[in-house]
Amino acid sequence: MNEYTYPILFGIIIGTLARFIMLKTDYRQYPTYLHGKIIHLALGFIAASLGAVAVPALMEKEFTAVTFLTIAASQFREVRNMERETLTEMDSYELVPRGNTYIEGIAIAFESRNYLVIFTSLLATLTYLVWNIYVAIVVSVFCYLINRKYMSGSTLGEIVDIEHAPVSFDGAGLYVDNIYIMNIGLPQRQEEILKYGMGFVIKPKTFDVRSSIANLGQRQAILHDISVSLGVVRDSGTPALVPLIKRDLDDGRIGVFILPQNQDLNQALKVLKSVPVLENAVRMPSEANAQNKE
Amino acid sequence: MKLEKAILATITTNSNKVTAGASIFICENKEEMDKVAANLEAILDGISHALSDELYIIVKH
Repeated sequence: MNEYTYPILFGIIIGTLARFIMLKTDYRQYPTYLHGKIIHLALGFIAASLGAVAVPALMEKEFTAVTFLTIAASQFREVRNMERETLTEMDSYELVPRGNTYIEGIAIAFESRNYLVIFTSLLATLTYLVWNIYVAIVVSVFCYLINRKYMSGSTLGEIVDIEHAPVSFDGAGLYVDNIYIMNIGLPQRQEEILKYGMGFVIKPKTFDVRSSIANLGQRQAILHDISVSLGVVRDSGTPALVPLIKRDLDDGRIGVFILPQNQDLNQALKVLKSVPVLENAVRMPSEANAQNKE
Repeated sequence: MKLEKAILATITTNSNKVTAGASIFICENKEEMDKVAANLEAILDGISHALSDELYIIVKH
């Protein structure tokens, strides 16, 4: 026991708790319940320890201890690779795959959350050492709030207007509103599609959003999320029954064609609105210098 | 080279419309064509697309 024991302990507990709070198994069922969670809690504990130990090390003028953090960085990059690999492996067995952009987004989130844990426990230990435990508690709560705020990005409902649109056939061509989706040859399949199919038109609110929702990864994420939440009428032997999104080249609207098992229209709208906007899909053409110089 | 899409079979009621290439199934009428196409779709795990009323292709996507 020395003067640093309690501050370090405090930092570790706060950091691990922060990881626990950020680790939420929701409809995506990822991380998988229990085992997947334990992996990430253990890594969160390691991250918290690193953050907590860094401050006393510096106070003792052990400046080389900072190199410790570089080990942490490469360690957590490994976490990202691990998540990416696992998810990519599993993706080929999904009825409606997540797509690489979504997977990359999840992997990045896992890596960055470990860094958040390091910062949280570092600040907690620092404030404990400099002032006292009460200040440290206040700072920790503040960190939690920031973590929570930056944990979730924006959702689709904030950047687009979503409308229900009829699914129809013109000959063999399947249309959602006036957006061509695909060619379905068999009358039998066409009947199934008219029976189970549901169509939506997504209109971008601004020019920036146009390219974000045109991103193939973002579109796949929409299809995956809606298939997870509402179920999907599809099996391995019926490739014709596939949810698809196509784009209207004229105005950047996208036509969403889905085959939900749960035919509740309001539910589908709700799910669509809460689809996360993937950070890798976001484009900001309006921020380009060439546009602003006019 | 990896082929992204390939025509696995051609089903038609008009043999003048097709020549060699993918496997060709010639049918008597539209009903037979629909049946053959439905079976092939399930067997080959491809989607049947209608090019015209008398010509279907099964495509692996």
